[in-house]
Amino acid sequence: MVSRNYWKLLPATSALLLTNLVPNPAMAQTPSLMVKAPVGVVVKKGATVDVKLTATLNEGFHLNSHTPTEDYLIPLTLKWEGPLETVDVVYPKPQMETYSFDPKPLSVLTGQFPLVTKFKAPATAPPGPVTLNGKVRYQACNNNSCFAPKNVPVTVVVQVLP
Amino acid sequence: MPTDHDPSALTPEEVLPSSPIPKVRDGRFQPGRRLALALVLLMVVGGVFWLMSRTPTVSRSHVKQEGKRQDAPDFALKDINGKTVRLSDYRGKVILLDFWATWCGPCQMEIPWFMDFERKYKDRGFAVLGLSMDDDGWQSVKPFIQEMRVNYRVMIADERTGELYGGIEALPTAFLIDREGRVADEQVGVSSRRDFEDGIEKLLEAPAGDKRAALN
Repeated sequence: MVSRNYWKLLPATSALLLTNLVPNPAMAQTPSLMVKAPVGVVVKKGATVDVKLTATLNEGFHLNSHTPTEDYLIPLTLKWEGPLETVDVVYPKPQMETYSFDPKPLSVLTGQFPLVTKFKAPATAPPGPVTLNGKVRYQACNNNSCFAPKNVPVTVVVQVLP
Repeated sequence: MPTDHDPSALTPEEVLPSSPIPKVRDGRFQPGRRLALALVLLMVVGGVFWLMSRTPTVSRSHVKQEGKRQDAPDFALKDINGKTVRLSDYRGKVILLDFWATWCGPCQMEIPWFMDFERKYKDRGFAVLGLSMDDDGWQSVKPFIQEMRVNYRVMIADERTGELYGGIEALPTAFLIDREGRVADEQVGVSSRRDFEDGIEKLLEAPAGDKRAALN
């Protein structure tokens, strides 16, 4: 019964229409990396502390890992300035992905990933809060385009204890 | 004698025996049914747009009609030998203007095509101009183009040059410019070799020279 089928389609039609109207992250035109810093970080003077940032790249994009497979690719980096010593930065394990523009797999990161930095407070550090300013640099692409490298500033306040 | 398999033979009352929806009058759809049809159509159109938005390739070569082309902004940039290159120097030729960068994988896929085009169409009044968007300029670009043996002119562009062309965010972005110095096509992201060639052939086949070309 054709005439009844029109009305049976209405719920599905409405749902699909809503799906089309609601913004889809994959439709975003440019990459965007959100970096979330922790709060309430404490360290005793002379000791070390791990500070974990959580980075999220919008859907549909990938960025080069810290160890890209080609020399010409711009790696993900995290650099810090501040009164604490940066002992080490641990980058996440990359994914090896193949894209239509390159037959060789590329070392990339997508979605959400952690960036962990080990800091050391000097033995002579005065107790109190210190501010660490970081910069995450990345270069992202999608399946057929690449976008200029970007820097994301990040700030972490660490309480140094006696 | 109507049968169950012949809906057209049923009376409106038989079609919608207990429906609250207004019944068919004079064989036309009631407003409610029109709305349903409109929604179905919207769903189809919306679905098509949604699928198109998820398709990796952003654009295809569709050379614009002559009346719809706009003048390509002129620029003056240095090439690898320090010589100033102006787009207006190329008036009368078909130009493929490629915004690219050494760190851009998709750009590297297209460069060998463009080298082929330069060889294949040079004698017919065609040239490729590469505009690098590398921040460190020749430091990265010079060894790159030497290693790739790029056979067309490359200049270092900047954000301002990109702004002239509507703000270049995604690389590669390529413009096909006709013999009169007008933008005939823009392709954002990797396109297909065939799309480029189709556009180049179309522009090369167009009769050369109008008043502006005659002045040069």
